[in-house]
Amino acid sequence: MKYAYYPGCSLHSTATEYEETTRTVCATLGVELAEIPDWNCCGATSAHATNHLLSLALPARDLAKAEQMGLDVVAPCAACYNRMAQTIHETKDNEVLRHKVSQVIGAEYQGTVKAKSLLEVLAADIGPKVVEAKVQKPLKGLKVAAYYGCLLVRPPAVTGWDDAENPQSMERLMTALGAETVDWSHKTECCGASLTISRTDIVAKLTHDILDAAKAAGADAIVCACPMCQANLDGRQGLVEKTYKTQYHLPVFYFTQLMSLAFGKEPYKLGFARHSIDPRELLHSKEIA
Amino acid sequence: MRRVGVFVCWCGSNIAGMVDIEQVKAAAAKMPNVVYVEDNKYTCSEPGQAAIQKAIKEQNLDRVVVAACSPRMHENTFRRTVSGAGLNAYLLEIANIREHCSWVHPDKAAGTKKAVDLVRRAVYKVAKNVPLQRASIDVTKKALVIGGGIAGIQAALDIADAGQPVVIVEKTPSIGGHMAQLDKTFPTLDCSACILTPKMVDAAQNQNITLMTWSEVEKVEGYIGNFTVTIRKKARHIDTTKCTGCGICWSKCPAKLPSEFDLGLGQRKAIYVPFPQAIPNKPVIDEKNCIYFKTGKCKACQIFCPAGAIAFDQKDELIEEKFGAIIVATGYEQWDPSPYGEYGYGRYKDVITGLEFERLVNASGPTEGKIKRPSDGKIPKDVVIIQCVGSRDEAKGIPYCSKTCCMYSAKHAILLDEKIHAHPYVFYMDVRTPGKGYEEFYKRATEEHHATYIRGRVSKVYQKGDKLVCLGEDTLLGKKVAVEADMVILASAMVHQPAASKLAQTLGISYDQNHFYTEAHAKLRPVETNTAGIFLAGACQGPKDIPETVAQASAAASKAIGLLSKAKLETEPLVAQVNEGICSGCLWCKPICPYKAIDGKVIKERIAGGKTIERTVASVNASLCQGCGACTVACRTGAMNVLGFTNEHILAEVDALCL
Amino acid sequence: MSVNEKAAQAAGAATGPSTVAAATPAPEGWEPKIIGFACNWCTYAGADLAGTSRIQYPPNIRVIRVPCSGRINPQFVVRAFQRGADGVLVAGCHPGDCHYSTGNYFARRRYLLATRFIEYLGVEPERLEVRWISGSEGQKFADTVRELTEKIRALGPQRRLRETL
Repeated sequence: MKYAYYPGCSLHSTATEYEETTRTVCATLGVELAEIPDWNCCGATSAHATNHLLSLALPARDLAKAEQMGLDVVAPCAACYNRMAQTIHETKDNEVLRHKVSQVIGAEYQGTVKAKSLLEVLAADIGPKVVEAKVQKPLKGLKVAAYYGCLLVRPPAVTGWDDAENPQSMERLMTALGAETVDWSHKTECCGASLTISRTDIVAKLTHDILDAAKAAGADAIVCACPMCQANLDGRQGLVEKTYKTQYHLPVFYFTQLMSLAFGKEPYKLGFARHSIDPRELLHSKEIA
Repeated sequence: MRRVGVFVCWCGSNIAGMVDIEQVKAAAAKMPNVVYVEDNKYTCSEPGQAAIQKAIKEQNLDRVVVAACSPRMHENTFRRTVSGAGLNAYLLEIANIREHCSWVHPDKAAGTKKAVDLVRRAVYKVAKNVPLQRASIDVTKKALVIGGGIAGIQAALDIADAGQPVVIVEKTPSIGGHMAQLDKTFPTLDCSACILTPKMVDAAQNQNITLMTWSEVEKVEGYIGNFTVTIRKKARHIDTTKCTGCGICWSKCPAKLPSEFDLGLGQRKAIYVPFPQAIPNKPVIDEKNCIYFKTGKCKACQIFCPAGAIAFDQKDELIEEKFGAIIVATGYEQWDPSPYGEYGYGRYKDVITGLEFERLVNASGPTEGKIKRPSDGKIPKDVVIIQCVGSRDEAKGIPYCSKTCCMYSAKHAILLDEKIHAHPYVFYMDVRTPGKGYEEFYKRATEEHHATYIRGRVSKVYQKGDKLVCLGEDTLLGKKVAVEADMVILASAMVHQPAASKLAQTLGISYDQNHFYTEAHAKLRPVETNTAGIFLAGACQGPKDIPETVAQASAAASKAIGLLSKAKLETEPLVAQVNEGICSGCLWCKPICPYKAIDGKVIKERIAGGKTIERTVASVNASLCQGCGACTVACRTGAMNVLGFTNEHILAEVDALCL
Repeated sequence: MSVNEKAAQAAGAATGPSTVAAATPAPEGWEPKIIGFACNWCTYAGADLAGTSRIQYPPNIRVIRVPCSGRINPQFVVRAFQRGADGVLVAGCHPGDCHYSTGNYFARRRYLLATRFIEYLGVEPERLEVRWISGSEGQKFADTVRELTEKIRALGPQRRLRETL
């Protein structure tokens, strides 16, 4: 199984631990990643609000390169994935628009490749059975709230690979790793990522609601599949606790970090130290790491 | 040589204002076979018609052309006129010089030229007309009503009152339909059962009504006045002549199952009557779930039945019966709102549908009328009602308004306050209350019962502790709102019965994209179908509330009574006809006929040398044929023709118009 | 796209104006003569509705009423061209709406072929228009006649099959 790999800006900057563990997990499961040469920003999260054509052209340039490679694209970041899927969806039956986009990017975009999120590839294409077979250190006793955010499974017409209101892919992966999952209400709510700098008041409210729901459901930690979500839920937890005068102390993992851990990788190589809420204490207490 | 009379109508100034009548008359006078031309201010008026009759007699006319309005308007009028003067009604043609000419062409010269052409078309065509006779067919004096809900019951009662026998076929074990599941009815808050059960009893006791419950229509053949219907009487496994409905059997039956009538909120047994007031009050055995049928052991019902009425070996019966008219009253189904993942129906127990709430609030329901929420039996304090669940949402495939939900939601709001002093919050898109006393009823909900109406959609329902949080938007305030509710009621849409399209195909009637049956005309023929002799009543034609359903049922009944009261039916003679002499017997016409009106028949023929041979030719059943003419084009030898629209007619018309 | 265009595409034919256009210019005062075949239940009613709604359209069309579009034998169309019609409109109920349930489906198939046949005879296929016009589409009837009239006017007189000039 080989994919054109689109890391996006986050995985090369704020979310290097996501990138490293993505590569680890894919190597373990035999998913070959060929990075798209000379890739560019997907345009999230501002392009689609300012210039519609540009918001299609940016991902289209990356998709056109993947077409030359003859490979479907995998994007670990939910925002990148969503922009690519949106571009494919909008240009699918619209030859005129596809032509326009091709003119903007100065290369022919035909719409022949698919874009998938990393979660979809691992949960649907590889599947929990294969994952379970690779587990060396089951995550026994760890209770996680699987958080998808707003971009991974919505809108259903564009994504469509899991239930838009109550997705289960990540739960199945976590169960395969030996972890426990909670049934909770806010798994597809928005964390406010695009406003994380400009409107911290809104971000605090949205993030608070999510953390609160995860805590109420009895989760020890949140597991996510998006660098934006992770940055917000983890990085803004302090702000939330201060604003709402409460304590959560909920570590926020990338699902690939937990997969790597269960696959027996050394914990110190998984980037836990980069998190604002250090998860190592929790992992020690559960005797997982 | 024919003797054609042409009558040009002014239609006041409608035609005369835009067409030069004198020029048309002068041109018509020169057309072949035309011996007489006359103009009238209003040909359809009494003097106008009298003038035609006078001319027929005085001028000895044998064909008539009326140049006036559309034949769809007055063809029948003028047919009566000519036959009143002793001429065959089919020796008439109309030239449509109003709708197709004077009303659409502002240029008088060009309009006049076209009018002349249109008159010439009619003159050429009428020359080919031959006298045609209407045939008459017998009418079976019995009506079939499919569906035993309020629509079917009302229609059957009306037909029976008019003295005609009627059979109700109902697929479930009892008549009553959805109305039997409802608690109160808007806008009067009458108890649904109190007004329905007397009608059910009337239907059961009426000498003219035969109830066939636990039965389904399997096959329909024939045509208006003469339908032959095969009805499958499903095995009840009860000898209904012995059963007294005492109820011992179902009290002893050990197999417990979710009750369909209570929408799974309550239980029934494997031998059951769906609800206490069921008619007939005789149980059925659910073969799939009966322990005896599954394992060969048990027979508890048989052991305890004091009447010896249990009949395990009963089989389905096929009954063939003849009917003159059919009324389709198969009703609706409540839409399953699971596709709205954000509302959590099926995920959260306390998110229920409107119909489920009807069962919760009903005294004979699973909670004996106490409004308890399904999850923990707690009496809810705050209840959110979400309207338009499914309705008016093209993304969910239901573009239409279900018409009843605004009103039943207002009713639910009132009942919640009245019975348990719960606070209702109603999320709505629009509140639609067009009906007598409906707006007042809605006002009552908001003013007397303090229901909070919030204009906006709910985006998400989620569980928080033992509350259901409903996130939504108040679009009038432009604010997000979150209501913490104890129970959520989804005003789910009314959709077609799952087997609606199958029944339509069995009956040969049409249905729309939403699988509701199509009426013959949206405004002027609302209870008839395009298949003569089949009528529609109730929600099978589109969402309807009870008053509307009853009105439509009575309307359908009156149509059926009108049909059954006739001794004979006249049939249109404009049907297909075979020229056996040139028919090759290929029967390509047979599969193309939508009415199965064509079949092969063997004829004997003497050929040269005095020998007699047998050969197959096509044969048309004139009672079944509707005269569409599809067969004529399929006919390779040109043996098939449609009377009134023969090949010769149409070719003559082409010639006339191209001159 | 009209049925014609679809038919032409299905046949793999060019969709542009045909190459067998009139060789000689139209005579002075020439007006296109168009024969319409309309089913009684939809298109004829639609044409009546155009009338009752007073929607104006060119007076070049003359309508022949038939019970169903399934009754319209392609032979009638050829006859119209032979007798000098410049254009022909064949119209019935929308697919799925046939009063006789299936007649217009047969018409649809027949006219996919008939259009190709007309072209084979050397008549521009654009001269034969097949349209679905319901009883509530008075405006569509008027628009169709206007478009067809203009199209035929641009093509000039039909001389190919005409028996007398």
